[in-house]
Amino acid sequence: MAAHEMTGAEIVIKALVDQGVDTIFGYPGGAVLPIYDALFQQNNIRHILVRHEQGAVHAAEGYARSTGKPGVVLVTSGPGATNAVTGLTDALMDSIPIVCLTGQVATHLIGSDAFQECDTVGITRHCTKHNWLVKSAPELARVMHEAFYVATHGRPGPVVIDIPKDVQFQKGEYAGPQNVVHRTYRPKVKGDIDKIKEAVDLIANAKKPVFYTGGGVINSGNLASQLLREFVRLTGYPITSTLMGLGAYPASDKQWLGMLGMHGTFEANNAMHDCDVLINIGARFDDRVTGRLDAFAPNSKKIHVDIDASSINKNVRIDVGIVGDCAHVLEDMLRIWKSKARRPDKDALADWWKQIETWRGRKSLSFKTSEDVIKPQQAIQRLYELSKHRETYITTEVGQHQMWAAQHFPFEEPKHWMTSGGLGTMGYGLPAAVGVQIAHPDALVIDIAGEASIQMCMQEISTAVQFMLPVKIFILNNEYMGMVRQWQELLHEGRYSHSYSDSLPDFVKLAEAYGATGIRAEKPSELDAAIRKMIETPGPVIFDCMVDKFENCYPMIPSGAAHNEMILGDDAEGATVSEEGKMLV
Amino acid sequence: MSTDEKVERHTIAILVDNEAGVLARVVGLFSGRGYNIESLTVGEVDQAEHTSRITVVTAGTPMVIEQIKAQLDRLVPVHKVMDLTVETNSVEREMALVKVAGTGERRVEALRLSDAFRARVIDTTHTSFVFEVTGTSSKIDAFIGLMRPLGLVDVSRTGVVAIARGPEAM
Repeated sequence: MAAHEMTGAEIVIKALVDQGVDTIFGYPGGAVLPIYDALFQQNNIRHILVRHEQGAVHAAEGYARSTGKPGVVLVTSGPGATNAVTGLTDALMDSIPIVCLTGQVATHLIGSDAFQECDTVGITRHCTKHNWLVKSAPELARVMHEAFYVATHGRPGPVVIDIPKDVQFQKGEYAGPQNVVHRTYRPKVKGDIDKIKEAVDLIANAKKPVFYTGGGVINSGNLASQLLREFVRLTGYPITSTLMGLGAYPASDKQWLGMLGMHGTFEANNAMHDCDVLINIGARFDDRVTGRLDAFAPNSKKIHVDIDASSINKNVRIDVGIVGDCAHVLEDMLRIWKSKARRPDKDALADWWKQIETWRGRKSLSFKTSEDVIKPQQAIQRLYELSKHRETYITTEVGQHQMWAAQHFPFEEPKHWMTSGGLGTMGYGLPAAVGVQIAHPDALVIDIAGEASIQMCMQEISTAVQFMLPVKIFILNNEYMGMVRQWQELLHEGRYSHSYSDSLPDFVKLAEAYGATGIRAEKPSELDAAIRKMIETPGPVIFDCMVDKFENCYPMIPSGAAHNEMILGDDAEGATVSEEGKMLV
Repeated sequence: MSTDEKVERHTIAILVDNEAGVLARVVGLFSGRGYNIESLTVGEVDQAEHTSRITVVTAGTPMVIEQIKAQLDRLVPVHKVMDLTVETNSVEREMALVKVAGTGERRVEALRLSDAFRARVIDTTHTSFVFEVTGTSSKIDAFIGLMRPLGLVDVSRTGVVAIARGPEAM
C-alpha cells in the first residue's frame, strides 16, 4: 500500500496525466508552490505561464473550445482565485469545460484571515458548475477525477478544486480514473423517443419551418454538426444560428440565413418571427436572440432540444421539449425521419423560400465603402478573403468588432470561432487566442479586437512572445468603445459619457516594446498589403487598423423590440428605443 | 414573463449528498435566481449513505416552480427532487416551541387552549410555560395567534417537513 502513496502535489500531476492533459495554463504563488515543484520534476505536462489569472482561464477556454477537450488552469490562493472569477463565470455562461485548480492556505489556517486567504469555494460557488475544497490527500485523486467527469459531462462547465497547501505535501494513495464513479451526477444524453417522434411529425408537417441552432451543437462534438447538416439538407429547411453556434452549419450553404438576434440578419430574424415550426437545437433562448418575449415567434410551435432540462421552458414556452445531447437526439430524429419516409411539404416550402429570398434581397449586412477611410466591415471581409486558404481560427473581444466579425467572417466548420457570448467579457479574445494557438500551433489564429477591449488583457501578448505563439491581434481602432457609443446614440441622445478611448497607446510601438511586430493600416488602399504582411509575419502581430470612427453595427433589433422591428443600416437615422426598452440591457 | 399566471405554494423535497456546502448551494440557487423561500428544513436522513433531506416551501407561477425543480435537479450533489404538492398526496408537519409568560387568569386560559391544540407543556415556572405544538403550519399560526394576548414572549419554529403518503420511498 505504501508503494502507491504519493504527495498531494504528485497526485494532482498524476491525475492530470491520467486524464489526458498535456497543457495547463497558470500562474504560481505561495499556496501552490508544492504543485509547481512537482510540475518542475516531470515532462508530461506543459505549463503555459500567463500574465494574469483571468488570462489563464480565457486561454484554457480557447484551448477547450478549439479542441473539445477540457481546459486546465492552475492558480494560487486569494488574488489568484479571485482574478480567475471572471474567466470562470465566462465559462459557466458559455458552457465551456474548465478544471481550475486553486491553492489554498493550510487547513489549520482556513478561516483565520491568513495571508492570501479567501473563501474560494464560497466565492466560486455561483460561477462554477461545481466546486470542491479538498481537506486531505487521500480524497484528492477521487475529487480530481470527479472534477473532470463533472466538467465534461452533461452541459459542460467550469469546476474548481481548492487544495490547501498542507494537503499538497500530505501523503495519500492514488486511484486512477477507472476507479472513480460519481455518486449522483448522471446527465441524460438520450432523448425521450416519443417526444422525438412528436417533434419529427411537427417538423414534417411544417409550412414555414426554421432551424435555430446554438453552441450546444458545437459542444456535443463534430458528429452533432455532421448530423445537423444531414438533417437540414434532407429537409431543405432554412437554418440560422446563435453567436455561439456559428460554424456548426457551413455559412456558404444556400440554406444558411446568417446569424439571428440583436445583430442578426433581416432574413434570419424575419424567418424566426413568421415561422410556424421553430426547431431549436442546442440554443437557450437568450435575450440577445429573442428580443421582446411576448412577440417572439408568436405563431409557431416550438421544439427545443437541450441537454440541460432547466433551459427548457425557462424564457420561452415550449411545445415539445427534449432533454438530451444534440448528437444523440439528431441521430434519432434522422433515423425516424428516414424510417417513416417523411417528406417536407414541397409547395409550402417553395413559398416559404420565396418569402425568405425577398428578405434576403434587402441585403441587411450591406455597407458603403469609402476611398478615404477603412470601413470595419470591409476590414473583416478582406481579412477573410486573405486568410481563407489557411486553417484559420478567430477569437474576439466584445463589442461592435465582435458583431461585425460574426456578420462578415463566414465559418464553414465548428470549433473555429471563439467568442464570449453569454458574459460578454471584454479582454477574452487575446488570451483565448493564446490557448487556441497552443492547441493548433500551425494554424492562423486571429483575435479580432477593438482598441478598448484589447487593453483589458493586453498583457497576454507577453505570453505569446514568450511561447513563440504567432497570434495576430487585429484591432478595429475607431477610438471609441463603439457599442457603448452606439447605445448612447440610440438611448441617450448622443451624450457620449466616457466612451471615448482617450490616451491610446501607439499599438505599433507597443507591439515592438513586447518584442512582437506592429503594423498599421489607415487607408483602404493599404489594407490588403498590410493584412498579407500580418499573415506572413512568423511571430505575434498587433495590427492597428484605423477604421471609420462613426460606423455603427446594423442591422439591429433595439432592446424591447420584436424580430420584425429591426433597424437597418440604410434607414437607421433617427432610430429610437421605447421607454420600456431603455430599461433592458 | 407569465405574469398572468397564478402564484402557487409548493413543498419540494430534495435528497442530497451530505457534503460540505450543499445547503449553501441550494439556498444560493434560490437567492441568486430570485426565488422565494417560505420555509426550509434540513437534516441527515441516512448516516451510512451520507444523505440529507431538504424540504423547501416556495411560491411561484407554475413556470417558475418547474424552473426551480429543474435548477435544483441539475445541482451536482442532488440525488432527487420531488414536488410533494403536485406529484403525490403528502402529509406536512411543523413543530413549534412557544413560550408564554403570565400569571392568574391568562395563565389558566393559555393552559386550557394548549390542551385543545394537543400542545404539550415541556417546561414550566411559576410565571411561564413552554409549549410544544405540532401540526400544519396554519395550525401553528392559529395557536401562536391565540397565545399572543395571553403573554406570548418567544417562538421557535422548525419549518415544514413533509413526506409522501403510501408505501413508496422518494
